[in-house]
Amino acid sequence: MKPGGSRGLHHPPFRFPAYRSTVKRSPEHPLVRVPRTLSEVTGPGPMFSERTPPEDDLTTNLATGTPAIGERSIVTGRVLDEHGAPVPGMLVEVWQADASGRYAHAREKDFPAPRDPNFSGQGACRTDAEGVYRFTTVKPGPYPWGNHDNAWRPSHIHFSVLGPSLLTRLVTQMYFPGDPLLALDPIFAAVPEAARPRLVAAYDHSVTRPNWALGYRFDIVLAGATETPREEPSAWKA
Amino acid sequence: MEGVKPTPSQTVGPYYGMRLARPGENVVAAGGERAAIRVVGGVMDGDGAPIEDALVELWQANPAGRYHHPADARAEAPLDAAFTGFGRATTSLVERHFWFDTVKPGRVPAPDGSLQAPHLSLVVQARGMLRPVFTRLYFDDEARANAEDFVLTRVPELRRRTLVATSVSVEGRLVYRFDVRFQGPDETVFFAFEE
Repeated sequence: MKPGGSRGLHHPPFRFPAYRSTVKRSPEHPLVRVPRTLSEVTGPGPMFSERTPPEDDLTTNLATGTPAIGERSIVTGRVLDEHGAPVPGMLVEVWQADASGRYAHAREKDFPAPRDPNFSGQGACRTDAEGVYRFTTVKPGPYPWGNHDNAWRPSHIHFSVLGPSLLTRLVTQMYFPGDPLLALDPIFAAVPEAARPRLVAAYDHSVTRPNWALGYRFDIVLAGATETPREEPSAWKA
Repeated sequence: MEGVKPTPSQTVGPYYGMRLARPGENVVAAGGERAAIRVVGGVMDGDGAPIEDALVELWQANPAGRYHHPADARAEAPLDAAFTGFGRATTSLVERHFWFDTVKPGRVPAPDGSLQAPHLSLVVQARGMLRPVFTRLYFDDEARANAEDFVLTRVPELRRRTLVATSVSVEGRLVYRFDVRFQGPDETVFFAFEE
């Protein structure tokens, strides 16, 4: 990204007080701007993607063959660079809650909803020659969290892409269309308003398979992970 | 989906361990090699307390100064197919600290033709971070190379020490201590790498 260009228009700031944990986990100094070197135009993406086996179906207990419970969903999209060109051969890693909003993770705080023992909650797949990835999963449930009174995270799937260079590192969250919790979520609201729609998948009936699963489309554009943060959006209150 | 505008970053959250930083991913190179080192550190919040759920990713050249990546095709620096140069660790590995076993990288070229000092690139994320921070770990026993490093010399002089790991020998093994601090007088330098 060129200095003085669209910097700060895409990513959330480090500090966004409505998301309370950011206050003590954000730098106070501005980022130190330096020219990129061979250390940054290289990165682990190509090598690591090649070496990691895909696991693109989250809906079946591999030990028993038992299916997970929930709205079976196909999530697919393209990984593109900032010029719109597909990024092939890149590992896309995902993790998410089950249909009840429970994570299969030891650190998860208990909330009284049943955990699905047949849902793995994590997966990975590589983009094909057109940059397309595709997962079969169940739609994750919303879940409560401790950020503020009666706080609930909207349904979301965590995405991780290393990308072609160190600077394309991207971790993000995909949300579902029409979710009323989006308007109440400070993590979503921390994103500049014009960029928020990019985090919401589109329902795509051409992806939906009859008598099997609903289809969602979510494209990912990799660019400029180290852009200088913008000022905090002022229009949103907790 | 609009055009090809960048997808915004979101926090890695507390549960990335379901998929990222799996057991063994913090061992970039097994011990026994001549350049073998261990890197240990904490990620400290604004109160100076170690964060228990941070993700630290490491990217580095091999001891010959070659990156395992198609953009680094320098034949004069041999590639070691077994050495990836990539590691992932959490700060829950030992007493709210991360650690990596790896090898000390060689020097890689800078855009001005000079040689950079040996360094590790680190990317840190955590619950409460809406986007990653990018920093570099330099070595305290490379003072001469550090003094002329392309990136380090562009950092305000008083803050350079936040990027230099401190070495100690523990039972014959060279261990470098490197803490990442988000705030306070020793706040770590985080970079925006520009074209």
